[in-house]
Amino acid sequence: MSDVAVQHGVAAAGVYEPSLFGTYSKKIGMWLFLLSDSLTFGALLFAYSYGRISTPNWPTPFHSESIRNATLMTAFLLTSSLTMVLAVRAAVFGNAKAQRWWLLATMACGTAFVILHGREWSKLIAEGLTLPMFPAVPGHEAAAEYKNVAETVPQFPATFFGLTGMHMLHVTLGVIYLGIIALRKKFIPVLLGLWLVAWLATPDYSPFHYGAHVLLISAVVAAIVLWLRPKVYDSADVEVAGLYWHFVDLVWMFIFPLVYLMSTRIIRS
Amino acid sequence: MATTASIHAHAAPQGFIRKYIFSLDHKVIGLQYYFLALTAVFVGMFLSLLMRIHLIWPQVSLPLVGEIKPETYLSLLTMHGTIMVFFVLTTAPQGGFGNYFLPIQVGAPDMAFPVLNMLSFWTTFIAFVTIIAAFFVTGGAPLHGWTGYAPLSALPNSGPGEQLGADLWVASIALFCIASLMGALNFITTTLDLRAKGMTLMRMPLTCWSWFITAILGLLAFGVLLSAGILLLLDRNLGTSFYVPLVVVNGQVMGHKGGSPLLWQHLFWFFGHPEVYIAILPGMGVTSQVISTFSRKPIFGYKAMAYALMAIGLLGFMVWGHHMFMSGMSPYSAFAFSIMTMAIGVPSAIKTFNWLGTLWGGRIRLQTPMLFAIGFVSLFVSGGLSGPFLAQPVLDIPLHDTYFVVGHFHLIMGVAAIFGIFAATYYWFPKMFGRMMNERLGQIHFFITLAGTYAIFMPMHYLGLAGQTRRYSQFTEVAYQTKLIPLQTFMTYAAFVTIGVQLVFLFNLFWSMFKGPKASDNPWEATTLEWTTATPPPHDNFGGRTPVVYHGPYEYGVPGAARDYIMQTDPATVPSH
Repeated sequence: MSDVAVQHGVAAAGVYEPSLFGTYSKKIGMWLFLLSDSLTFGALLFAYSYGRISTPNWPTPFHSESIRNATLMTAFLLTSSLTMVLAVRAAVFGNAKAQRWWLLATMACGTAFVILHGREWSKLIAEGLTLPMFPAVPGHEAAAEYKNVAETVPQFPATFFGLTGMHMLHVTLGVIYLGIIALRKKFIPVLLGLWLVAWLATPDYSPFHYGAHVLLISAVVAAIVLWLRPKVYDSADVEVAGLYWHFVDLVWMFIFPLVYLMSTRIIRS
Repeated sequence: MATTASIHAHAAPQGFIRKYIFSLDHKVIGLQYYFLALTAVFVGMFLSLLMRIHLIWPQVSLPLVGEIKPETYLSLLTMHGTIMVFFVLTTAPQGGFGNYFLPIQVGAPDMAFPVLNMLSFWTTFIAFVTIIAAFFVTGGAPLHGWTGYAPLSALPNSGPGEQLGADLWVASIALFCIASLMGALNFITTTLDLRAKGMTLMRMPLTCWSWFITAILGLLAFGVLLSAGILLLLDRNLGTSFYVPLVVVNGQVMGHKGGSPLLWQHLFWFFGHPEVYIAILPGMGVTSQVISTFSRKPIFGYKAMAYALMAIGLLGFMVWGHHMFMSGMSPYSAFAFSIMTMAIGVPSAIKTFNWLGTLWGGRIRLQTPMLFAIGFVSLFVSGGLSGPFLAQPVLDIPLHDTYFVVGHFHLIMGVAAIFGIFAATYYWFPKMFGRMMNERLGQIHFFITLAGTYAIFMPMHYLGLAGQTRRYSQFTEVAYQTKLIPLQTFMTYAAFVTIGVQLVFLFNLFWSMFKGPKASDNPWEATTLEWTTATPPPHDNFGGRTPVVYHGPYEYGVPGAARDYIMQTDPATVPSH
């Protein structure tokens, strides 16, 4: 036993008052974090609604290519929730090997989501749906339509990049979290490798060139935590990580319709 | 697993780094927070001293600081507010004393998540370093006030301190939010899950209640400020326009349009008003604890006190609009916010009258912690009574940009909360350091500080009613304001004395830490769990056992009992009273 918190299944050891809902502390801690995080996203969605309502003629520029891509991303995220549930199930039954593989599958889906999303960002930026201080993409002709949107309604790209960027950050941190649960110390070199690849493989005008440093910071924090607590994670940790993962998935279920579907270009023939 | 000894998480740490730097022990982390806040409070106080000097001697050039220009004054004001609100009023009572005493008072060996606790402190520390760094970058510290109103805060070319300094300011606030979130969920989980056998919620000391409610407020409020800060960083660094409408700065059209400064105000004050209670609630808890202990009487209306804390916390989320009456909001919204704001007077009055009811007929021991607790009540009432005035739009609009508001919030959330911190310091010092603080120096510190704070902040109300505007760096150029300068001079002299006497406190603190008389395990004859353990408490708080609780926290002066007080862990039955 390596944590002071009331542990899975030992809550009623008779030393403490019964815990909240008879559950273990980590789970309560994660629910509290999710409560707070939902307010963080709530504030962003409030900012989005505020901007959208106060802007006459909100643009609806996304055509089928964007929507197809976002639908594929949604499919990956939903699949990852399924694999996460299977990982938790394997953890509860004590099947360590299956647990690890399902966690890795979840991470793979999450990574696919981030990569698809990143490619879409890069494409939109190259086509002119960009923020004023994103560097220009050399050798690309901005599409008049997106460029026009960014210039006439700067709130559109601002809320798009703000909301999806924050969500992408959450997915990335989620993949790292699952990686630590699944592979522990062995994940640190993998993470550093991913950081180098992401940093070196992206051109310096890409926002991901700088965003990649999130991986480096996470590796440092994870190394400190693992150094202080070099323990084997149990099924409770998998379940708690699952709570986080499903929450990030749930947030996307708000962002996908609000940001994408409600901004689809509708052509009446 | 079932043995009590194995409950405690981590073995006593070995080596300097594990023991003092990356310590997982909530007591060490509590002290780290406390000393961080102590450093911050002296920085913040020094800044306020510079402002007070500049207000009455605008031309004077100080060594090291140089001449204070109007924009320097605004930087001082911004940094004073930010450092005081975040790194003192939020850090010391909650991060410091809460961390040290919440686990002990509920009978736990440590916080629920020790690693998270450590990360929370070090994130706070990095946030503090970040904000201090803002003084030393090109352009200097930001000048947008602690409220960071856009568009001033959102445009890097809107003022001298608004370049890198303002970025560091926002980054620091965002880091502080993350740290506070980690701390808050840790506090809540500890309170809910790690109470010793018999420590039901309604047997918790009111300090625990206040830390618990404060943590809930922090959990819900800081997440929103985090978002607000991220959007501000985007506006500043990526050219988005969340907070910036089409504006012209120095005859130059900025590349922003379509945003709304009111969005910032809503998001900021949705955090900002609960933040006021984050600062003051722990002070209320400590005051309840100290007043009951030193009156040798049970707290008057324990349940009412706990429910009043909850009511204040709940209402605190519904009143942020009263900071925005000036923004031209709909009179209907203003009316709703005004009603909710005045409703907070009810639980506040319940608390005040219960403190008075506790004092009534008590056998009062006027030792330093008690003096500061009574001082807290005094300041809370004096500062609170101007609240209902400011809660009404019709009065708030003329008073809002004057010294009246400055006086109001300094009395109630500034100095009252500081008095709570002082009461806690004098009260728990024997437990934390194993020695007693000097009583005589404590009394000198109290009486001069109390008189000094009233001398500084009471005149602000008169200045405000007379129309003296806040945030102005000097009044020499405006005819009607010039006439008010003598009162400002008086306040500056009072500030010299009040700040001077804080050095007495500092001396008392460090001298007593090493030279004070040894303290017994329970010098105040108090009943709560921290006084049942050794002084200072062992690594796992209770030396391998987990206490069992039989009574409420304030069993003083029990009729028929052998002693004047019954410890919470004393199995003796208490005759009903």
